Formats: sequence, structure tokens, C-alpha cells
Amino acid sequence: MTTSDFVGLGILIVLLAIFAPLLGRYIATVFAETGPGGPRFIARLESRLFALAGIDEHSEQTWRAYAISLLAFSSLSVLFLYGLERLQSLLPGNPLKLSALSPALAINTAVSFVTNTNWQNYSGESTMAIATQMAGLAVQNFVSAAVGIAVAIALVRGLARSRSRTIGNFWVDLTRSITRLLIPLAVLFTLLLVSQGVVENLTAAKCVSTIAGGRQCIPGGPVATQEAIKLLGTNGGGYFGANSAHPFENPTALSNFAEIFALLLIPFSLPFAFGRMIGRRRQGLAIFFAMFILWFASATAAMYFQTKVAPLNQHVGVAVASKSGGGNLEGTDLRVDPAACALFAASTTGTSTGATACAHDSLTPAAGGVALFNMMLGEVDPGGVGSGLYGMLIFAIVSVFIAGLMVGRTPEYLGKKIQAAEMKLASIYLLILPISVLVAAAVAVLLPTTRAAILNPGSHGLSEVIYSFVSTGNNNGSAFAGLSSNTDFYNITEAIVMAIGRYGLMIPALAIAGSLGAKAVIPAGEGTFPTDTPLFSAILIGVVVLLVGLTYFPVMALGPIAEHLTGHF
Amino acid sequence: MPKNTQLNISHPKALEMTKTETSTTPATPRRNVAARGGIFEMAQVKRNLVVALAKLHPRTMYHNPVMFVVEVGTAFTAVVFAIDFGSSSNSTNLFSGLVVLWLFATIVFANFAEATAEGRGKAQADALRRTRTSTVAHRIRADGSIEETATENLGYGDLCLVSAGDTIPCDGEIIKGIASVDESAITGESAPVIRESGGDRSSVTGGTKVISDEITIRVSAKPGESFLDRMISLVEGADRQKTPNEIALNILLVGLTIILLLTTVTLQPFAIYSGSPQSVVVLVALLVCLIPTTIGALLSAIGIAGMDRLVSRNVLATSGRAVEAAGDCSTLLLDKTGTITYGNRRATEFLPVAGVPSRDLAEAAMLASIADETPEGRSIVELAQRTYGLEVENFDGQLQGATLVNFSATTRMSGVDYHTSKVRKGAGDAISSWVISQGGTVNAEALEAVHQVATQGGTPLVVAANAKVLGVIHLKDVVKEGMAARFAELRAMGIKTVMVTGDNPVTAATIAAEAGVDDFIAEATPEQKLSYIRARQTGGSLVAMTGDGTNDAPALAQADVGVAMNSGTQAAKEAGNMVDLDSDPTKLIEIVAIGKQLLITRGSLTTFSIANDVAKYFAIIPAMFQGVFPALAPLNVMHLTNPHSAILAAVIFNALIILALIPLALRGVHFRSASASSILRRNMAIYGLGGVALPFIGIKAIDIVLGLVGIR
Repeated sequence: MTTSDFVGLGILIVLLAIFAPLLGRYIATVFAETGPGGPRFIARLESRLFALAGIDEHSEQTWRAYAISLLAFSSLSVLFLYGLERLQSLLPGNPLKLSALSPALAINTAVSFVTNTNWQNYSGESTMAIATQMAGLAVQNFVSAAVGIAVAIALVRGLARSRSRTIGNFWVDLTRSITRLLIPLAVLFTLLLVSQGVVENLTAAKCVSTIAGGRQCIPGGPVATQEAIKLLGTNGGGYFGANSAHPFENPTALSNFAEIFALLLIPFSLPFAFGRMIGRRRQGLAIFFAMFILWFASATAAMYFQTKVAPLNQHVGVAVASKSGGGNLEGTDLRVDPAACALFAASTTGTSTGATACAHDSLTPAAGGVALFNMMLGEVDPGGVGSGLYGMLIFAIVSVFIAGLMVGRTPEYLGKKIQAAEMKLASIYLLILPISVLVAAAVAVLLPTTRAAILNPGSHGLSEVIYSFVSTGNNNGSAFAGLSSNTDFYNITEAIVMAIGRYGLMIPALAIAGSLGAKAVIPAGEGTFPTDTPLFSAILIGVVVLLVGLTYFPVMALGPIAEHLTGHF
Repeated sequence: MPKNTQLNISHPKALEMTKTETSTTPATPRRNVAARGGIFEMAQVKRNLVVALAKLHPRTMYHNPVMFVVEVGTAFTAVVFAIDFGSSSNSTNLFSGLVVLWLFATIVFANFAEATAEGRGKAQADALRRTRTSTVAHRIRADGSIEETATENLGYGDLCLVSAGDTIPCDGEIIKGIASVDESAITGESAPVIRESGGDRSSVTGGTKVISDEITIRVSAKPGESFLDRMISLVEGADRQKTPNEIALNILLVGLTIILLLTTVTLQPFAIYSGSPQSVVVLVALLVCLIPTTIGALLSAIGIAGMDRLVSRNVLATSGRAVEAAGDCSTLLLDKTGTITYGNRRATEFLPVAGVPSRDLAEAAMLASIADETPEGRSIVELAQRTYGLEVENFDGQLQGATLVNFSATTRMSGVDYHTSKVRKGAGDAISSWVISQGGTVNAEALEAVHQVATQGGTPLVVAANAKVLGVIHLKDVVKEGMAARFAELRAMGIKTVMVTGDNPVTAATIAAEAGVDDFIAEATPEQKLSYIRARQTGGSLVAMTGDGTNDAPALAQADVGVAMNSGTQAAKEAGNMVDLDSDPTKLIEIVAIGKQLLITRGSLTTFSIANDVAKYFAIIPAMFQGVFPALAPLNVMHLTNPHSAILAAVIFNALIILALIPLALRGVHFRSASASSILRRNMAIYGLGGVALPFIGIKAIDIVLGLVGIR
């Protein structure tokens, strides 16, 4: 790593330190118990929307009703998106005359975008009509992010309220996340991206004669509008197959930096919102620091390994130079450079974004391992919009339960007793991902047909399979590639894994919100397990890393670790 | 050895029985009944080992899911070992055989931990059972005649006559008479206590012995459900229910076990893909090392031992739930009398009127108190001794042929007449009228002093000699030494202390300030206590209290931890969820400490157990895959000899750590009162960081030993 790499990282951290608390404060006002503030016209717009949908914005839901609304909304979203993909050849807004998606790919993509995963077994420019991109995928980029925020807010309410039967209203939370948070931010970032040269048009591909005399058709589209929310909503589904490595999505070093900032912004501001909503800002800070330290460690580790020459290349004597003092340039544009690529990779996997600015398959084994491990953490450093916060809060509950006993009281978090009901739900939450990810990956390496889809041999191939299921299970969506995954097996299995990874976690999280919300708040005293201290952040990090480490260490050893160490021989 | 205040001071008779506390440390733990053997005493170990083996039955093991998984894994491994025996090399057979053996040992050690904990209770139960010999009861028939019958035939509501020398046949309530009762069988306290009908000391316990007088009791428990029976079944752990926190922890442990089971099972496909399929023996070894066996093995022993610690302090809890709740309590309601103060008013100061030397007042007060045998009277003599070195013996000459005027409740004064002198001390108005009857007057200065003492919350006694008022003695409740420090400790632990007293608010406030309690309830009525508890509970606090009267019952029932005094009424005992056999209200503080220690032990060993896994991974994973990926060698940070010895060392460590931690599980983790933050820092360092580091050392050491004995 060079000085300029450190300076870049430093500026990013400073910007986050300024804007995350500010945005957190704003988010807290959006979901304040006293109702949101803000401009009158937004309230009027919302009222009209609620009236149209027949929703009483002042009525609240129990966790069950909240979960049912969420599932109903998501199911309808999948159906709608599936229909759009299957019928796109018959619909307007398809200048490239692209054909309909196959059923398996359509279902994979529909589930992928609705679950905020944005795993793509296709290349956007050659598969998706402009109408499908705009009315389908971009819409889901907004609403799937809003669903995640809604669940996080519901869980925070459960922690903040005392003896409450309800945890808020799903439809209201969903709407306000979009109208008051995602749309305004998306507008700002779209303008910033356009200023850097990200394209935005509705025309068909532009065909030009190349210098060599050939003819090349270059597709454009409404890229900037989709790009902004792709990152802000930690979606990650690129307009183009190359994602943020494509010059139309991410043309300059500055746009690359802005994109990294955009995908980290909301996840890092949510713990601040949490602290304000429960009226104890230090509690939010403890969660923030746990997230931040994990992210920072992964970012610097990835940058360190990526700016060194890949072990394999070292081995065969290939010297690789880059403009900023060396590094692994394979799969990386010079526009981006290895350090920025690694920072992007760590951030996109630490959040559940999954956008990529370089080919993850080409990352050095160690840097790729960092990206993999980041997702294995369960997307909590800082995680997806909403999902990062509720994931970390559930880890906090588990940490309090294990370590909290050590102060001689039955564990409590924020004055809420953590008892059998919560532990049951938290255990389910912890179990869901290992079950779906490990079982699916184990099946994939066992079946001869699916084994054939693995393009690389040995530990790198294993990493590719594991990565695909860890990525889909954790709703990340970044691909290691190197896997021909547009097959029925992968399309369907991944869709199942994505759905389980999303709703299998959201429902226990909401149930915990309901269960905690019904409890009385025990006032904090000297005998209370302190959860607003650096020590608690450290315990939280320890629990997250240990639980994940215990689950995935063997497979990490066989994949990236073996590959990394082998390279040194 | 501190004596325990046996009786309620508010009862007039109590004054005679109350023993002044001589020590300030609240009731040190007193070992009850049977002497316990050391944990690893040979005969005991053998017996526990037998029990441990009997517990191997799957139907028993099933209740401990973590260890049940180990048992199934061990059986599976044993079968595979037997099948493959012929076709494997000698070294593989030796390795597999040893793994099977140590896995088996892991389960036996776990059961041994439980058996040891239970065994300690059993010894106690046996001692108790010996007192429960079948005795003959004298039942009173409806017509008033008396029949002899066996204890077992008594039913609820029957009336029995118990005379001096008889053993009380079963739990009951005295409806007629008064007797001194030897309760040493259940309390271990040899001094007899008074039990009488009416009031708050009317209940008797089966198995205790009437020493004098005769009482009629009404049977209040069915045979087999008596106090003693309940105590026996509790210390035996026969009907032990898992406590709420234990259930929650078990759920988490099961969750972790499933995750790690999955990790191990799915590892095989990845291993096959990587070209290095693993043997069943190795996979089961990995599984057992990873799942939280340490805490899984010790969890129930910790619970039993916690209950046992309570019983050894002569406190009987109706459920483990109550012990846990004790750890959670953040408000303690403490009776002033006997808990915070010595229970008797004591002379603290002589206040002479102008013109009277202080020493003269002290001398007169002492002489006037010779005939006062009440604790107050004695305290006056003591104060005179202490401040002026006055000894009663020195006055023997003067007192030759003197007439002692004894203290009585009607005259409310005492004194002595000698030569021409008459000295008296007593309540203000009693002395006033005496002085006037002697032809003297009471001066305003004395009245002012009386008023002064009263407003300070004290009791004024006036001293007069020969129709002249000499001055006033200040009597007050004396707060036990060390209480303020103790309450400060409790405050540091986040526990609020509330003093409950029948005194008026002025007196109460004075004592509360002196004792350093956080709050007080003055002129407390049972209703007030109840509503105070409710208010605190609504605010989210858990409340603990002690009580003995029937009118305490609602509050005892409402409190999260209600400790009834054994000397109290049956109603109080039934309402509370603990009974203190020593009837020592101070013990509430200890009960809270025991509850906390139980939870801390559980949490510390859970943390330790999970933290241990890091080292085990570093032992086993390289060992498993070094063959196919020699490059993984750097992961073998402990430089273990070879794959077999590495895996074996991890398995052996995993088994031995259970054995090594049994004493800690039974004794409980060291507990001192401190704030949650400092307790956390300490335990996190020892059991968290220590839990990560220790197995690295342990596994390496075992690996070396294995090398030395030639197993590789």
C-alpha cells in the first residue's frame, strides 16, 4: 500500500465520520414516535398514497401483521418482476428487441432483486429491456432497500418501547424510507454520477465504426438513475454485466470513490439513528464501532493483499507494475487501480451491496478470502441497508446473553430481558444461513453435473462455489465468477438460498422485535451489563468473528487459505 | 460465631430471648448437618462414578442435548472402529481406539460432574432423612380424647398434642400453648427457640423436638409433603427443574451444536472435492471438540451446586428459579430491626442538666439500672463502664442492704434505694411523677433535653436522684457496624437497599441516614410494603424481601424473592419462595450474592467453552488437510507432532478440561461485590481471553506427553 492509498482511505473515513451521524440523526426524525418532520409536500404526497392504498398511517401492527404485510409485499414484487421479465419482448421500452428471460433465470433474477441480493446470472445490456430495468429492477432497488430499513426500524422500536403490543406499520415505514430517505439521496447521487460521465439515456445502442474499421454497437440506457440507488440501497445489481467496472457505470477515480462512499453511507448511519431512537446515543456508537472496526480491518487487509503481487504470479516470475507502485492488476482497470479495487471489494462485501469495480475472481486469494469472510459475517460490517443493523443487533443480543451472565444477572439488552423466547429466535437466525449456504454448496460440489460448472480446479474452484452460495445466502450478490451459474440448478437453488437468507432472517428479527417490545424496560444501574462501552464493541466483534469462524473455518481453510498458502510455496 | 436473632423484637417476650449480636458480619455460612467429603474423596468418587455410568442411558442423556450428540457420535465411532479394525493399519487402529476411548471418557466426565454435584446434596439429604423417623403422634379426637397413631396416618387439619420430650410429628401451626423447641435437626442451631400460639412464631416443623411445656398443633402439611420432605428432595435434586435462564442457555447451546454439526457434516463433501476424504473417527472428533461440551457437561452441576450453596447456608428455596431471581434483584427490602440495627435501643450518651457533673449522672444512671435486666438497662451499665470506667462491683459497699426497684412494664422505671439515697431512671413522664411525688420539680432544661433526644429519633430516659432530675440518657437504635460499607458495596453492584421500619419518619430518617440505605419506609404497614414492591416492579426492578408475619404474606408473595423466616407463620412460609431456617433477615444479602455467583459461573464457563474452540480448530484442521495441502502447515501454530497426535491431543484436552473444571463449577466462580463493568472486565480477561489461550498450551502439552509415551 502506498501513501496515496492511505490518504484515500483516510478521506473516506473522515467523510463517513461527518455524514453518517448527520444522516443517522435525520433517519431518526423520519421514524420518530412523534411522527416525521420535514417539508409539508412530502407529508401530503404520503397521505395521498396512503389514502389510495387504504392504509391508516396512524394504525400500528403487531410483529405478525408486520411480517405478513412484508411477505405479501415481497411475494407480489417477485410475481410482478417475474411477469415483466417473461413478457418483456411483448412490452414497449425494448429498443434492442431483447427476448424474454428463461423461467429459471427469470425467477432467479426476480428473487434476487426483491431480496436486495442482486445476484445476476445474466448481463444486463444483452438481457434486460430498458423497461424491465426501469420499471422492474430499479423499482426493486428502492423498495427492497426500504423493506430492509423497515425491519431494522421495527426491531429498534421493539428495543425502545416498553410493554408495547405493536412495532409500527410496515406500509408506513416502507413508504417513508423511500420518500424521505432513498429518493432524495438518489437524486443527489445521480447528479454527482452524471457529472462524472455516467450515461443516462433511453435510446437504442449507439453503433459506431471503430478505428480498426469494424463496427461496434454500444448500448446505453438510464444508467445513472439506477446506479445511484444500486449503491445507496446496497443492491449492487449493475445495469451492465461488468457492473461498476464498466466505464459507463463508473467512469472516473472520483466516481469510484463516490460509489464506495454511497454504498457505505446508509448502513453506517443506521446505528446512529438507532442510538437516537432509543435515546442513548452511546449505545448506537458501540454498535457503530463494532461495524466500523470490522470493516476497517477487512478493507486494509484486502488492500494490503491486493497491492502485493499475487502469489501465483510471484511464483512464475511475473512482475506486475501499476501506476501506484505495484499490485495485482489482473481483472482491474487502471482507472480503478488495485488498492481502490480492494477497498471497493471489501466495502461491497461488508455491506450487502455486491457491486464490483473489478473482477473478484481475480483478486489475490487472500483478498478474495477477505471478501468471502466479510459476507460470511452475515453482512454486519456495516451490512446492507437495514439488514446490517438488525443483524448486528441480533449478534448484540447473543453477545449479551453469553457475556452478560458474567456480571451476575440474567442477561438484558437495553433494559430488555433476554430469555428463552429470544434465544430461540436468535438461534434460528444464526442457524438459517449455515444451513442453506453449507448444504447448498455441499450438494453443488457433490453432484457431477454441478461440479462441471466449476471452471477452475482445486481450492480456487471451491472458493468459487462457496462464494456463490455465501453471496446469495447473505443477500450480497457479488459474484466470484468462474462459475457457469446460469443453469437450472444454480438458478433455482440460488433463488431458494436468497429467499431463505432474506426472509428466514427477517421473520425471526421481527419476532424478536415483537417479543422484546412487549417487555417492560428495566432501568439501567450499576449492576447492569454495560453495552455502551468499547469493551462491549470488542465482545461483539469477538462473538461475530468467533461464531462465523467456527462455522466457516474448515471451508475457508480448504478454499482461500489453502490457495493463499500454496501460492507462497 | 455470631448468634442469630431468633425472635421478633416487637413481641414483648422476645426481649428475654433475644441474643445480642456480638459480631457484625452478617451470619457467616454455617455448614449444615452432615459433614461433606472432599470432591475427590475416594469412596465418594467411586460412588459418583457408578452413578455417572448409570446416567449413560440414552433416555437420561437425552435431557442434555449437547452430551447426547457426543454419545451418539461416540457410539457411531465405536461401530466404525470395530468394522474397520481388521482392514486398518496398527497405528490407525491405535489412534481410532484412543479417540473412541476419550470420547467415551468425555461423556463419563460430564455425568461424573452431575453425579458429584448431586452426591453432595445426597449426603445432606441422608442426614436429614435420619431425623425423619416415624414417631408416634398424639392425635386429639373430635370429642377431645387422645389417641396414639403413627405419623404417617396424620392428615391435613388434624390436631395433635405434643409434650416435652416428644418429636413434633409433622409441620403444623400451634393453636394452643407455648413451648421451647429444639430445631437443631433442620437449622443446626443448638439453642432452643420459643414457639407459641398466635403471633408470628406459631409454626413448627416436623422432626424438631419440644423441650419444655406442651402445645397443641394443627397439621398443616400432608405426610410426605412436609418441610423436611421438601428439603430432602430439593437437596437431592430429585425434582430439579431447569431454570428459565438455563433453558435459554440450553437453546443457544443446541443452536450452536446444530450449526457445528452441519459444519462437520458438510465438511466431508468439501474434503472429497479437495481430494482428501476424512474418516468418520476424525470427523466425530472434530465435532465433539467444537460443540460446547465443556459448558454442556457442567451446566446442570452448576445449577445443583448453586442450590446446594444456598442449602448449606440454611436457606431453602422452593425452586431454582428463585435463586436466579435473587441474582437479578435490584431492590432489597430490609427490616430495620435485627438486620440494620442490633434490634435493641442502646444508651449512647449522658446529657446532664446544668450543675450536675456528667460522671455523677453516669453513676446514678448505672446504679438505677442494676435492677433493669432489659437490654436497654444493660446498655446503660455498659456505657457507664465504657465512658467513666465505673464498675458495679466498686459500689458493693454502698449498696449493702440496698433495695432494688426492678423494672416493670407498669412502672416503666427502675432504681435502687440505699442509705438515704433513692435513684431512679425511666420514661420521662414516669420519672416526672416520681420526682413530684418525692416533693421535687422537673426543671425546664431536662424537659428540653427530653424533647431534643426525641426529635433526633432517639428514646430519652430521665435519671433522678432524691427528687432531683440529674439528666437524660440518650437511647437509640444502634446501626450494626459495617452495615454502611455493606450497603455501599451493594450500591456499587447496582442494588438499592430500602429500610422497612415501624418507627415514625423522623426516627426512620435518622437511622436510614446513619446506615446509608438508599430509601426507607417508615411506619410501614403490610399494605405499604406491598404497594412499594409493586411500584418498584412496575419500574422494572426485581425486589427481594424478608418477612415472618402472616400480614407479610401478600408482600412476600408479590416480591420476586420472598424469604420467610423459619420462625414465622406458616402463611408467610407458603407465600415466600425461600425459607431461612436460621431466621436471620441479614442473610438476604448473601442470598443475592449466591444468585449472582450462580449466574456468573454459568456465563464464565459458557464463554470459556466457546473460546476454547479457536485452539481446537488450529489443532485439527491442519491435521486433517495437511496431507492434501502441505501448505497448510503454517496453520499448525502449535507445531503438533503429527495429524494423529494433534487430533488426539485436542480430544483429550476437551475431555480433561471438564474434569478440571468440576471443582470450579461446584464451588462457583470467585465473586466479589463490584460494579458490573469491573466484574465483566475481570471475568472476560480470565474466561474469555484465558479461554482462548489455555487450550493452545494444554493441547501442546498433551501432544508432548503423547509423544513421550510413544503414541504418534
